Formats: sequence, structure tokens, C-alpha cells
Amino acid sequence: MSLVLGIESSCDETGAGIAKLHPDGRIELLADEVASSVELHARFGGVVPEVASRAHLEAMVPTVTRAVTKAGVELGDLDAVAVTCGPGLAGALLVGVSAAKAYAAALNVPLYGVNHLPGHVAADTLQHGLLPSPCLALLVSGGHTQLLRVDDLAGKITEVGSTIDDAAGEAYDKVARILGLPYPGGPPIDKAAAKGDPEAIRFPRGLTGPRDAPFDFSFSGLKTAVARWVEHRERDGLPVPVEDVAASFQEAVADVLTAKAVRAANELGIGTMVLSGGVAANSRLSGLAAQRCAEAGIELRVPRPRLCTDNGAMIAALGAHLVAAGTRPSALDLSADPALPVGTVSV
Amino acid sequence: MLVLALDTATPAVTAGVVTLNGDLEVLAERVTVDARAHGELLTPHLLAALADTGRTLADVDAIVCGIGPGPFTGLRAGMATAAALGHALGIPVHPVCTLDAIAAGTEGPLLVTTDARRKELYWATYDDGARVTSPAVGPPATLPAAPARAGTTLYGDVLTMPHTGVEHPSPAGLVRAATGQLDRPARPLVPMYLRRPDATVPGTRKRVTTP
Ligand SMILES: [Zn+2]
Repeated sequence: MSLVLGIESSCDETGAGIAKLHPDGRIELLADEVASSVELHARFGGVVPEVASRAHLEAMVPTVTRAVTKAGVELGDLDAVAVTCGPGLAGALLVGVSAAKAYAAALNVPLYGVNHLPGHVAADTLQHGLLPSPCLALLVSGGHTQLLRVDDLAGKITEVGSTIDDAAGEAYDKVARILGLPYPGGPPIDKAAAKGDPEAIRFPRGLTGPRDAPFDFSFSGLKTAVARWVEHRERDGLPVPVEDVAASFQEAVADVLTAKAVRAANELGIGTMVLSGGVAANSRLSGLAAQRCAEAGIELRVPRPRLCTDNGAMIAALGAHLVAAGTRPSALDLSADPALPVGTVSV
Repeated sequence: MLVLALDTATPAVTAGVVTLNGDLEVLAERVTVDARAHGELLTPHLLAALADTGRTLADVDAIVCGIGPGPFTGLRAGMATAAALGHALGIPVHPVCTLDAIAAGTEGPLLVTTDARRKELYWATYDDGARVTSPAVGPPATLPAAPARAGTTLYGDVLTMPHTGVEHPSPAGLVRAATGQLDRPARPLVPMYLRRPDATVPGTRKRVTTP
């Protein structure tokens, strides 16, 4: 049995989670504390790295303190510390990595510098148990849009596809701004879309031509198409049907994400898909994924929304997988790597 | 009392082990000047300094940490490290101004400057090591004259006074600057940024079509 503290600071959430690895390999979540700086970024319409980094420094020790209390353990009971060392914002990552190194050194326990992206996949194991091998992961958030083949969470992860421009969540933020909806754009667009017609406007599905990379994504053109449509409408002196635009935009995003993910699962012969990341909570994306996976005979696993967004629990879970696999810990000269490749699960 | 001193507010990654039993004695220190290695080197440096003295983190009674002013990213590496160490070890972390640590123990009037990037300096003035003016940030040409200068040697063409040779805070300077604080409860560990974050509220959205 092993208690793992997970620390996350790659973007605008300061997360501290504690997971317990049981002898049978089961991983139990004991605490999941998050301090978000999202409200500080709202008026800037996107994450401001320096604002996020300052907030991480302020929140780090209080968040870890809350996690330890919530888990009903003492810091001295911890057996390992895991921390996101990339990918992410350099200054933000540095706060978590520095703190994690200090905790590991002071508690005299192993340190695991881990990749944020497999962390999102590991989050699902806290809710639905261990994953079969292989499985396919569709990670969708403000920072990433990736399709991963996961053979082994503790070691073998390969990228099947990714966005070539904007992340899907970024497109949500930009379209929200076009429609005069608040930041972050995901929840208000989802809400407006519920009252709109998803077939009112046929927005383009990026990279779906016969010669396009089958599993890569592009959302920059979609965002521009929405802006163009809205501007034409305004130029003609017509009202903008916000609900229909939101629904049609959301349909285009969900359609292309789920179509490519299901096609990848079929072509790779993979029977289980994990949908995670902040945008996984989007009702149309999860709904369409459920429908298409069911049609294709694929088991779909979507962690609850709290586990989908960035948090320390997912990093604690990934750390527990590494402990279980007997992975070599990181050295204490570990540094943050903002561009850590997805195939590098731990450093 | 065994004190761990650390600072990452200048290009130096500074860590040292100091005893205070009446006199201040530096038992070991590790200082590397590399503005991009704060996050990487600080923890190894302080463990190596402790190992030199045959002690471990469990033997440390208090931490003294430089809180800047300093370029943001590097500064936070030291402060996040100190805060987490203090938490995990259950010992106090005493903040000191990095400029005070550079000035500690000097005689007479002194201008202390450190690199603030963007063609500016962080600075404060001292007399016999005691601070005279509060830390501030500004272009070199706006700084007051003084008989001597310490800290960064940048802008020697503008600030032509003699340099004392001390460019970075030392573990001894950090602990000296904390004199009088160490037997009291630690003050809050708050960084001295002196600048607001770079962030602009977006104006009206750029059109993608021509009106
Ligand atoms: Zn994420």
C-alpha cells in the first residue's frame, strides 16, 4: 500500500490530490483539492501566464494542506510525490515542480515528474478502475486536443492525432467572444446551444477531406467561419441567432472529434475509449461520443466532470500507476519541460 | 540554531547552511550563477550543502528565503521551494528582501541594484547595511548617486560609482538580513514583484471580413 501526493500547476488550476495504491492494484482517491485562478483571467479573455504563476505560488501550500487534511493523513504518511512537469506554461509548471521537489526531499520519499496528458487518462481509473490495454483516449480541453493510444499508462503511450492549430477549448473561448458570451466559453456555449438548432448553419468540419490527416484536428478555420457568418449577419442588419450559432458550432466540434475518434478506434481495433479533459463535460460532445461509440460497439468511459478538468488527483493517480509498475523515480534536478512530448510519461 | 538560507531572485542559485549560536557561521554553501537553472538546481544545491555538513533537512531549525525583488519566474522557484520545505518540515520560513541581503554587513552609503530586465533595475539605498529607501524598479538613469554600488554590474556606463564586488546575496548575507526576525514568528512569505503582470484587456474583436 502506498500513499501518493499529486501536484498539478500546468495552467490555471493549482491542484493537490492524494491517491492510495492498494496491494491489488486498485487506486483509491482520498483527496482532490483545487484552487482555480480562472476568475482572474476572465477579463483578459484567456489565461495570462504571469497571473497564473503568481496564483500558483500563493495557493500551493494551502492547497496541499487542505488535501492532507481532507485525506485524513499526515504529510509524514506519504510514500511518494508526483508532479506535472509538462507540457504546460513554463512559469506555472516551475512552481509545482519546485514545491514537489521540496516536499519529496523533506519527506525523504521518491519523486515522479510526470506528463500532464496521461494524467487525464489516469483520472478515469479513479472512477472506473484499471483500464484495459490498449485503449484510446480523446483528450479535449482549453490547452489540448489529442487522440492517444494507451497501451500502458505507466509507460507506453503514442499519439494518434492532435490539433494542428487551436485546441477545441480555445475555439470555444473565441466563439464565445464572437457571440458576446463570457469566458471561459465552454459552459455558456453549451447552455445557449441547448436552446438552438444544431443544423441551422452548416459550419465546416476541419481536416475531413479525403487527403487530410485522418486523425488530426483543426479548429482555427471553424472559428473564422463562425466570425464570418456573424459579421455578414451584422452587416446585413439582421439579428444574430446566438443559440443557433452556438448549437451549430458545438455540433461541428463534437461531430469532428467523435467521428475521428471512433474511426481511429475502429482502424486500430481498440474496444475502449476514454474521453477526458475540461471539454469532456460538454453535453453534446459526451452525448454524441456515447451514441457513436455505442453504434460502433466501443466501450466509452468518461470520468465525472471534476476529474476531467485539471486537478492534482489525476497526477496522484498517474503517480500511483508508476509506483505500481516499479518505475524509476525522477532525480531531484528535475526541471519543468513546457513542451514535454506525450510519449514521455515520466521523466 | 541551524538555518537554511536560499535565494533565487538574481541570476545566482544560492543555498547555504548557517549556524547561529551567538556568532553566525556559514558551514557550507552552493552558489551557481545560471539564470535559467533555478528550478533545476536549487533543491540539489541545498541537499549538497547539507550533506557537506553531515546534516539532513530534519536537522534544520529555520529557513531564510529571499523574496526579491527579482524577475518573476526564477524568484518563484526559490519561494515555492522554501514554502514547501517549511510546510513539510514544520519549521518557520523567514522572508528577507534580497537587496537587504546583498547590503548586509556593508559600511557607509550604498546603492544596491539587481537586474529587472527590460532595461530596468531593482534598487534600494543603504547606510551601514540598513535600508534607507524602499525597494523600487526603474531605468538606470533615474537611480540616485551613491559612493558605492553592489549587486549587478550591469549599466556600469550609467552608474559609474565603484562596485563593492558583491553581485549576489550570500547565505551569510541572507541570515544577517534576517537578524531580529529569527526569534519571532515568521512573517508571511510574500514575493516582492514591484511590477504588475503583463496583461492587457482585449479591445474590440478584430473582424475577419471587410465591412
Ligand atoms: Zn489538462
